Amino acid sequence: MKLSLRIWRQPDADTKGQMVPYEIEGVSEDASFLEMLDVLNEHLIAEGKDPVAFDHDCREGICGACSLVIDGQPHGPQAATTTCQLHMRRYKDGDSIDIEPWRAGAFPVIKDLVVDRSAFDRIIQAGGYISAPTGTAPEAHSVPIPKQDADAAFNAAACIGCGACVAACPNGSGMLFMGAKVSHLSLMPQGQPERRTRVLGMVAEHDASGFGGCTNQGECAAACPKEIGLDVIGKLNRDFRKAAVRAA
Amino acid sequence: MSTDFYREGAPVADAKAPEGPISERWEQRRFSGRLVNPANRRKLRVIVVGTGLAGASAAATLGELGYRVANYCFQDSARRAHSIAAQGGINAAKNYRNDGDSVHRLFYDTVKGGDFRSRESNVHRLAEISTEIIDQCVAQGVPFAREYGGLLDNRSFGGAQVSRTFYARGQTGQQLLLGAYQALQRQVAAGTVDLHTRHEMLELVIVEGKARGIIVRDLVTGEISTELADAVVLATGGYGNVFFLSTNAKGCNVTASWRAHRKGAYFANPCYTQIHPTCIPQSGDHQSKLTLMSESLRNDGRVWVPKARGDDRHPADIPESERDYYLERRYPAFGNLVPRDIASRAAKVVCDEGHGVGPGGLGVYLDFADAIKRLGKKAVEAKYGNLFDMYDRITGENPYERPMRIYPAVHYTMGGLWVDYDLSSNIPGLFVTGEANFSDHGANRLGASALMQGLSDGYFVLPNTISDYLADGPFEALSEDHEAVVAARKEVDDRIAFFLGNDGDRTVDSFHRELGKIMWEYCGMERSDEGLRKAIGLIRDLKDEFYKRVKVTGKAEELNQQLEKAGRVADFFELGELMCIDALHRTESCGGHFRAESQTEEGEAKRDDEHFSYVAAWEFGVDEPVLHKEALEFEYVHPTQRSYK
Amino acid sequence: MSTDLQSRTAAPKAARPAPWKPWRSNIGLKIAMAVSGVLMVLFIIAHMAGNLHVFEGREEMNAYAAGLRSFGAPLLPHESLLWVMRIGLVASIAVHIGALIALSRRAHHARPVRYAHRHKAKGESPNAYGIMRFGGIVIFLFVIWHLLDLTWRTVNPVKDAHDAYGAVMATFDPDRWPVTVFYLLALTALGLHLRHGIWSAVQTIAGPNTKWRKRTQAIALAVAVLIVAGFAIVPLAVTFGVVS
Ligand SMILES: Cc1cc2nc3c(=O)[nH]c(=O)nc-3n(C[C@H](O)[C@H](O)[C@H](O)COP(=O)(O)OP(=O)(O)OC[C@H]3O[C@@H](n4cnc5c(N)ncnc54)[C@H](O)[C@@H]3O)c2cc1C
Ligand code: HEM
Ligand code: SF4
Ligand code: FES
Repeated sequence: MKLSLRIWRQPDADTKGQMVPYEIEGVSEDASFLEMLDVLNEHLIAEGKDPVAFDHDCREGICGACSLVIDGQPHGPQAATTTCQLHMRRYKDGDSIDIEPWRAGAFPVIKDLVVDRSAFDRIIQAGGYISAPTGTAPEAHSVPIPKQDADAAFNAAACIGCGACVAACPNGSGMLFMGAKVSHLSLMPQGQPERRTRVLGMVAEHDASGFGGCTNQGECAAACPKEIGLDVIGKLNRDFRKAAVRAA
Repeated sequence: MSTDFYREGAPVADAKAPEGPISERWEQRRFSGRLVNPANRRKLRVIVVGTGLAGASAAATLGELGYRVANYCFQDSARRAHSIAAQGGINAAKNYRNDGDSVHRLFYDTVKGGDFRSRESNVHRLAEISTEIIDQCVAQGVPFAREYGGLLDNRSFGGAQVSRTFYARGQTGQQLLLGAYQALQRQVAAGTVDLHTRHEMLELVIVEGKARGIIVRDLVTGEISTELADAVVLATGGYGNVFFLSTNAKGCNVTASWRAHRKGAYFANPCYTQIHPTCIPQSGDHQSKLTLMSESLRNDGRVWVPKARGDDRHPADIPESERDYYLERRYPAFGNLVPRDIASRAAKVVCDEGHGVGPGGLGVYLDFADAIKRLGKKAVEAKYGNLFDMYDRITGENPYERPMRIYPAVHYTMGGLWVDYDLSSNIPGLFVTGEANFSDHGANRLGASALMQGLSDGYFVLPNTISDYLADGPFEALSEDHEAVVAARKEVDDRIAFFLGNDGDRTVDSFHRELGKIMWEYCGMERSDEGLRKAIGLIRDLKDEFYKRVKVTGKAEELNQQLEKAGRVADFFELGELMCIDALHRTESCGGHFRAESQTEEGEAKRDDEHFSYVAAWEFGVDEPVLHKEALEFEYVHPTQRSYK
Repeated sequence: MSTDLQSRTAAPKAARPAPWKPWRSNIGLKIAMAVSGVLMVLFIIAHMAGNLHVFEGREEMNAYAAGLRSFGAPLLPHESLLWVMRIGLVASIAVHIGALIALSRRAHHARPVRYAHRHKAKGESPNAYGIMRFGGIVIFLFVIWHLLDLTWRTVNPVKDAHDAYGAVMATFDPDRWPVTVFYLLALTALGLHLRHGIWSAVQTIAGPNTKWRKRTQAIALAVAVLIVAGFAIVPLAVTFGVVS
């Protein structure tokens, strides 16, 4: 099939970018979205032009590297699907597609479609862990965990840290990502001792990194490829409120 | 035995593995190894390259111990290391099921599974530590699957007769890695680990015979910098991407290991690659990678191909009598559940004979119609729903109505830098952990054992063994104008300048694809003397052409993904050649590697213990590589021929 | 230039305004907004119920209005209840708008660039961002008009402070239909505001699980409809002459 693309091109963080049109022909409907971009890049290089930079690695929806806003939607139109898992059979001959980077103050553009998401790592550094130095662990079966709790913790822990939630949010908020980690850890008995310091630390870092507040609109959950739900934000709010009251 | 393309050098031996009863060796080694006084640890700097299971666990643990750690990865976050993609699970000899498992049985199964090409001491240690890994991960909050009673669930995996695999739905690697990543981030916050993401190691610095640092490129700004330390740990993963198409992430590469190899580190068993039987076949030339479908599918799916060659009818229109359930036919005892290597090769054989289905005839059916009839669609959906959805998303075909198409794909590389029992390479101060080393899996890796090995190396082995080396430190302070440092930097600068200056007309990917095809064709599941010789010639020609015609756009001082790829592919060329030489010299069939000249009368793989019971450790040579053999001894598990008839 | 993305790790902590106060965080401000919003909701429900006295006629309505002023008499001073309410309301509005301004500014920095390709919202509470902020402005303007009209009577023909009934009749007189239309418009904005605001407040303060979140959303819708209906019935009744 033949497609008209408009892609955000920006040489580096300090230079202004713009949407640039490209035409591409002979795209196989079995190709993935990123493979379509690979083909485009092969053409661009052949023409001596700079290929489009985009983040990707696993190409199977688990590493969280890929990050394209396709026609205004982070990870594109298919629900519960990362960009790398989106396939061209969703499109038809003659379609036009707009491709932009994640947009958020906390995720500055590095080049073209590549953004800096290190703010997410800093949020984890601020408390998104359980302190269990190697070698100190008790026997794994010493603390049974109700299956429902373990399953709920897993659902929250399934977050791949892609940042689509932030990209989708009109407030540029990282609450879904942060809520997922807070929920995961506070659902586990091992996560209890640090429960209060964790949430206070993470929220402080979230705000300092320049993420916005949450208006509970739910764009994040709708964009999340791992279907993390708004309940994790509720849980985060609750944990935060309790911790803040205790800290006051 | 052919000796072309290489020279044979002096044998090597693992000098660090203690003697004595196998179950006491690890304890003995920990006792005999020297320790570093806690106050001195702050004075010692350790570089860890890689943030996968092996790297993140090592960096975090070394940080906790008080060393000053510099940790690197090329992804934008440590959490995205390729370990994140592991699906199935992690083995541990907990015997929670009371089904007869034990450390010794896990040890035994792993040595046998590796087709008697691994070291007993290492594997036994791995089996011992396996149980501690589970404890450690649970303490970190890894949400393993649990039963209604709240205890950990287990399943049997990859044909094991005991249930010893711990898992977190289909995302075990992700959850384990996040545990290690979080432990690592805790150390970053504590100030013991400096983490550098989007940095790629491009050269190893060796001073007076010791590994003392690395040269890295900041992938965002292109800046080249030097990191100096008292020891360097490579945890840089596997090199399956030499085949271009594999289940590995696109960024996986051999550059760190290869640069170390070029500086003197031995590369062991490079030709040992694992080919996984249940992957989604290639759909066209645009294909950039292959996707693994969990092996568990073979528990209920039946594998078949049409009896007639080139039969392109819709599978539903092919009557039972015209189908060949070839695994059930050839291996009645194990049927569809034969080990990975057997299943993979059988698929290749039927496709080579022209029975394959789908694009290019490279696929066989994995049919769930019987399972759906027997268990009901609901039950099948409950078990495999997410895998079916994934298949549907990628292929656009609904596996409830039409059998899946599967084909083998490169999945893991057992080969890697040679290390001794302490995980030290032959270069003092250079340690190698995880998939990047060759250590524990022999010629074939069993399912759910790579995660175990990565974490065992990183959390428990390396932090204990590295102290024996660091006890001699801190080593003499180095400055960045030291001639060895300057020389290493120059090599990096020159390579970059070459690629950007080359007046070429072909993209890096086009070369990589072509190299991959050669490797897959001649150094994949089935190898022959003739094929490998041909491959070596083809690779050399292609390499020459690569240096003449490769085109890299852009500048050095910017994010330049083509430049990154060019360096990686250049190293893949050299590695690919060594893999073929290694495969050529090993004239036996072993593990997943079928050597056409070494088969039984029934066409099954025939191992040659008399001549090949050794580790092939290759030393880099400008003209030809030098082979150092490390003899393998089996005191506890006696080599037998595997049979699945 | 080196963009060592990770080695910024320690910096943000130092850059953070010390000592960091939880209530100044995004979530802290949201809680302030939710609490003040809920107080206003309670007031508005009471206000709506009071308005329904119109249907009992002039005497009853005015007696109710007078009752509000003399509540607690003679124990408490004149208009005690009203003052408590007024102070509470002014405080709530101040907190509500103060937090709003802080959060909006942060949101603006957090999302400085728009997408070239605009796609329609698909969240659970689509367009809440716009509804709350722009609808909020409508409500704010309305409240001012409402005070000028029925509290201070600046724009109302009936100046007798004791004749609440008369004032209501006058303001919604069929001849002044634009006032009624504006009133209804503002009510719609309020309804939309509350449909989101009520569950949002519960999400912010209590953090329900998925099941309860869905229930809260249903309840919020019901309460919002009830409030809008309760308020709308008065001007409609006056304009269409059901009461006069
Ligand atoms: C699809 C799939 C499924 C799998 N499932 C299982 C399973 O169920 N069970 C199991 O046991 N095993 C499984 N495996 C195998 C297992 O996941 C890997 O072998 C293991 O995770 C490797 O871990 P590692 O830490 O050694 O390397 P990796 O996780 O690959 O990490 C390598 C690290 O090195 C860094 N790096 C590499 N080169 C450089 C450089 N030059 N400069 C700087 N940094 C560099 C990378 O950034 C990365 O951080 C699976 C593998 C695949 C592909
Ligand atoms: C004066 C004009 C008003 C303005 C400008 C305004 C604006 C806003 C805004 C922008 C929000 C935030 C939405 C979000 O971030 O989720 C909000 C929330 C809310 N508002 Fe208002 N509002 C006003 C009046 C009112 C009134 C009169 C009420 C009550 C009747 C009210 C009740 C609420 C409630 C309950 C919330 C939810 C708090 C939360 O999201 O947690 N508001 N308002
Ligand atoms: S919550 Fe969802 S959208 Fe946000 S980072 Fe995690 S996986 Fe991505
Ligand atoms: S590339 Fe890994 S999730 Fe898309």
